[in-house]
Amino acid sequence: MKISGAEIFIESLKKEGVKYLFGYPGGVVLNIFDLLHDEKDVQLILTRHEQGAIHAADGFARATGKAGVALVTSGPGATNTVTGIATASMDSIPLVVFSGQVPTMLIGNDAFQEADIVGITRPCTKYNYLVKDVKDLAEIIKEAFYIATTGRPGPVLIDLPKDVTSGKADFVWPETVDMRTYKPTYEGNRYMINQAAHMIAKAKKPVIVAGGGVISSGASKELKELAEHTDIPVTMTLMGLGAFPGSHKLSLGMPGMHGTYFANKAIQESDLLVAVGMRFDDRVTGKISAFAPNAKIVHVDIDPTSIRKNVRVDVPIVGDVKKVLQSMNKVLREEVKEQWGEVRKAWLKQIGAWKAERPMSYDKDADIIKPQYVIEKIHELTKGDAIIATEVGQNQMWTAQFYKFDKPRTLLSSGGLGTMGYGFPAAIGAQFAFPHKLVIDVAGDGSIQMNIQELATAVINKLPVKVAILNNRFLGMVRQWQELFYQERYAHTKLEETCPDFVKIAEAYGAVGLRATKRSEVEPVLKEAFSIKRPVFMDFVIDWKEKVYPMVPAGAAIDEMLFLEQTKKSEKKLKAVK
Amino acid sequence: MRHTISVLVENKFGVLSRISGLFSGRGYNIESLSVGETIDPQVSVMTIVTAGDDWIIEQITKQLNKLIDVIKVVDMTELDHVEREMVMIKVAPRQEDKAEVLRITEIFRGRVVDSSQKTYTIEITGDEKKIAAILELLKPMGIKEFVRTGKIAISREGIKKS
Repeated sequence: MKISGAEIFIESLKKEGVKYLFGYPGGVVLNIFDLLHDEKDVQLILTRHEQGAIHAADGFARATGKAGVALVTSGPGATNTVTGIATASMDSIPLVVFSGQVPTMLIGNDAFQEADIVGITRPCTKYNYLVKDVKDLAEIIKEAFYIATTGRPGPVLIDLPKDVTSGKADFVWPETVDMRTYKPTYEGNRYMINQAAHMIAKAKKPVIVAGGGVISSGASKELKELAEHTDIPVTMTLMGLGAFPGSHKLSLGMPGMHGTYFANKAIQESDLLVAVGMRFDDRVTGKISAFAPNAKIVHVDIDPTSIRKNVRVDVPIVGDVKKVLQSMNKVLREEVKEQWGEVRKAWLKQIGAWKAERPMSYDKDADIIKPQYVIEKIHELTKGDAIIATEVGQNQMWTAQFYKFDKPRTLLSSGGLGTMGYGFPAAIGAQFAFPHKLVIDVAGDGSIQMNIQELATAVINKLPVKVAILNNRFLGMVRQWQELFYQERYAHTKLEETCPDFVKIAEAYGAVGLRATKRSEVEPVLKEAFSIKRPVFMDFVIDWKEKVYPMVPAGAAIDEMLFLEQTKKSEKKLKAVK
Repeated sequence: MRHTISVLVENKFGVLSRISGLFSGRGYNIESLSVGETIDPQVSVMTIVTAGDDWIIEQITKQLNKLIDVIKVVDMTELDHVEREMVMIKVAPRQEDKAEVLRITEIFRGRVVDSSQKTYTIEITGDEKKIAAILELLKPMGIKEFVRTGKIAISREGIKKS
């Protein structure tokens, strides 16, 4: 029996087990929206902007590990998703995005709401399709989910002309996908794994650098086994936070530009870096030529292009992190029998000394609210059992530094692209996946205004999502750079005069707004917010002067860090760096 | 160093722009690119001439392989191979040079494919050096314009470069 393209679309999503679809209607997707009106199994969540929809799908994907799905109309609907697609692409997040398109016979005619979205998204998708014949639709959808979720995950876009969703065909769902051109490598090379294991055995000062790949591969258990068995300290990139327990004694926290003193020190002193599922982003490496000068590098990644892209690598291992670590652990257990405790003693002692020398700190006695205090309180009150989204800027870095992420998929943050306005809709997406979990977006007063309209989505769906706004009346991270590198000339970063009343905004949308202006009010506000089963905006009026430290100036080596207490001294140092 | 890379791709719409977009997006240069069908009409072969150090060529090869529509990438430079390019050169020689133009064409085993009162159009096929040589020789004769196909390359059978 022949059914319409719109019906094939919905049947295909059911086959893929899709429950939520984040989207926004428009002319050329009406065939699908009309069916969704009565659909029970696949639910469309209406956001208030297509960017909200794509980030919500992304948040859903990060929290669950499944593909996030979005549906938008042609032209502006589709182009509004581009930032979100690029965000997901940079962070290897599986998304399947459906965009409407004008009827095939009109394509290329500059029709109303026509945009070449396949052309526009080509560089920021893992793959994309323009469906030209309804007969191909089911197979393309199957393939899209397969591509998005396998290998190094990423976003896939499917452009659906209106006549394809109205056209009819038999629904034939392919049970398997076999593409001759796409076969990710999962098993790592035995010889290389062996070699890596023996290097680990020989190393005096090894460090594991774990990235987002550990999380997407579901390899936290294997990573913990490796670290604990061989007593190697672990540092997690922003994308890797939660891959290894942040409160573990072997955890070094985050490395790089705003990393901990001890993580950066350890990397620079190390004689072996075991990099797993990370890609040596410039925020992690700082000045490449001065990065880990004494270390041999073992690099495990499923994407061959990540290896030897930025840094030299001694042992490249292309494969799925989980599978590679399983084999590596096996070799280490069975072949390399070492008394690790003795071997690592000196190195772990040195790391302990660095930790004691410069722990992460801030002024804990101030009456004014310090943002780090808010983050620590959130961690304390939630006992770490929450999903935390962040926006981008100081709020993101303070969260990364002061919230101890112990479990994978508990941090939703735009790492690669650095997309302001990401966190709130992402938190909404995650809340759909986990309706009973506490989901908190840590925001800044700048970022939250980039997708504040999604308050409506949160309210109408009765989502208990919480937003903690670290309100410093500035675009704080940019201001921090202006303060340190541009002689305190705060060009267009001061938002104070026009900073809206976030409590009133929340109330205007039918949500709850709370405010804290001094330290003693932080805990009561958080407690109250967490007890309310509705969306809550918490406006924390923080010390505007607070900066993110330590900081490695752009272009410096990662052990050339600036610290809070040596501002004067550091200014001199800065000039030297510049 | 210059490399000739042969890329087998699915013959689908948009493939060319995926490949060229990869080069432009990542700042690699393309000196020439030619595309054509293969024995299997569902597969096209692209011959790309690019330049870069080993580090960059390794990235280019990996990035090409990563594209979903790419079936196979072969760096011809590492193999024994034959490469050819065709050029059509429109020359407008002075009266006294006309014979010389024809003589050069003959020496290079080219053909005159069009002529007018003032011009000859010469077709030449060969490798890079041969084409560079004839262009050099014809230059003083007055080249009006030329069009090149871009290089194509095929591996030699049964011989491995030592």
